[in-house]
Amino acid sequence: MAFQVLLNFFLAFLWMFLTSSFTLSSFIIGYFLGLLVIFAMRRFFQTRLYILRVWAVIKLTVLFIIELIKANIEVLAIVLRPKMDLKPGVFKYDTKLEREWEVTLLSLLITLTPGTLVMDVSDDNGTLYIHALNASDIKGNVSSIREGFEKAIMEVSR
Amino acid sequence: MIDVSEYFVAGFILIGAFFAVVTAIGLIRLPDLYTRTHAASKSATLGVMCILIGTLIFFLTEDGVFNSRVVLGIFFVLITAPVGGHLIARAAYNTGVKLAPETVRDDLADKEKHEQAKSKSKSKK
Repeated sequence: MAFQVLLNFFLAFLWMFLTSSFTLSSFIIGYFLGLLVIFAMRRFFQTRLYILRVWAVIKLTVLFIIELIKANIEVLAIVLRPKMDLKPGVFKYDTKLEREWEVTLLSLLITLTPGTLVMDVSDDNGTLYIHALNASDIKGNVSSIREGFEKAIMEVSR
Repeated sequence: MIDVSEYFVAGFILIGAFFAVVTAIGLIRLPDLYTRTHAASKSATLGVMCILIGTLIFFLTEDGVFNSRVVLGIFFVLITAPVGGHLIARAAYNTGVKLAPETVRDDLADKEKHEQAKSKSKSKK
């Protein structure tokens, strides 16, 4: 991953030296040409193309912004309703993610999304204890996390 | 003549202020600490972010200055607010703050049991 990015930068600089024009635009042209070269040589790399991972990060960000806005509209609806019919509760969620930064990212995203707040993480990083504003629908909560964020994070780290 | 950008600036700042008000109302109305943390960690984040984005667009269009510190501010608020909410909720639970009477279920109370069951199933493997 990092090697491919560095290689792409190197190819861009090579292009700048070949054309002997040291401007930003020639760097960008060189970068795109280098991207083409890396794409053509993709079967010699051990890992997958880094541009796919960048695309996965962009998708995760967009998903996150949409969920953040949805979360706020939900909180808005709950707070401003004259009669609050809250059913808060704590449920546990077993995650398939293993590395520490993945679990941290997942709990950060869960905390900023509709009606859920991470309260504790078990010692082996395997279980998250999540406080939900609407705990009567735990299955829906769990499946929305699993289908949405966990999948997207796996896509990034794969 | 009013530029289109001014509508964006006004929109962002008004939405941000509105979310800040909603946060404050939520802090008063919600029943227990944990549900209040929900309001504080979500609405306040989006409110502050909207106000900062409005500020960014205002100075970009009015003075032509791109203030990168505002962008950093948005980013830092975004990554620190949920961590704060998590730590407050966790510390409250561990010092024994009661959940609201409406609470439906509480898996965290059985944490020890879950952990033991898990370590047992692991040792069997």
